[in-house]
Amino acid sequence: MKILYFAWMRGKTGIGEEDVTPPAEVTDVAGLVRWLKTRGPGFEDAFQNMEVVRAAVNQEFVELDAPVKAGDEVAFFPPVTGG
Amino acid sequence: MIRVQKEDFDLGEELRALGAGNHNIGGITSFVGLVRDMAGGEHVGAMTLEHYPGMTEKMLEKIEAEANERWPLEASLIIHRYGRMEPGEQIVLVACASPHREAAFEACHFLIDWLKTKAPFWKLEEKDSGASWVEARESDDTAAAKWD
Repeated sequence: MKILYFAWMRGKTGIGEEDVTPPAEVTDVAGLVRWLKTRGPGFEDAFQNMEVVRAAVNQEFVELDAPVKAGDEVAFFPPVTGG
Repeated sequence: MIRVQKEDFDLGEELRALGAGNHNIGGITSFVGLVRDMAGGEHVGAMTLEHYPGMTEKMLEKIEAEANERWPLEASLIIHRYGRMEPGEQIVLVACASPHREAAFEACHFLIDWLKTKAPFWKLEEKDSGASWVEARESDDTAAAKWD
């Protein structure tokens, strides 16, 4: 599974992109977030306030209950500020 | 048509090209977003726009398709830049061509409102106090929601 981080999420986690193999019990975005948070203080900090975190699976906006599986591209980022 | 690019664009050239050869077009509306030199009472020296390559293009295409479904447009264009820009520089262009002005005005307004809340771009401002990520504004959500 490919994970992408943008804007301050990248700053807090210290990485823009990583390939991960989460444990089998991770089946949705919320579960993935719980697991990612266990991987160090930077991740814990990045996902501390989920109200300011948005997620996309395979480049589509999703809610936290959206399913994830091996091979997916999952991105985390703050609310967008383009235009 | 949508374009995501680092380079600046020529507004006149883009608008001329949009309407060229189609005499069913009665009017073209456009919105150009520029970098301001002030934010929250602080001087902004420059800003850097980051985006999500791949998803950005997908979302802009979706937004453009939605506008074309809602209004009778003859042509439409979204250009969004990324990278570092200084005050006064053009960030984004939205343009709509239609036989009549109402559709062109409304579609243009819709496109920029939706783009601001649905296209994966993020602005990093360079201020005197340091660099900081721009926070999303509730007023942008309200503006986008009026088209739901």
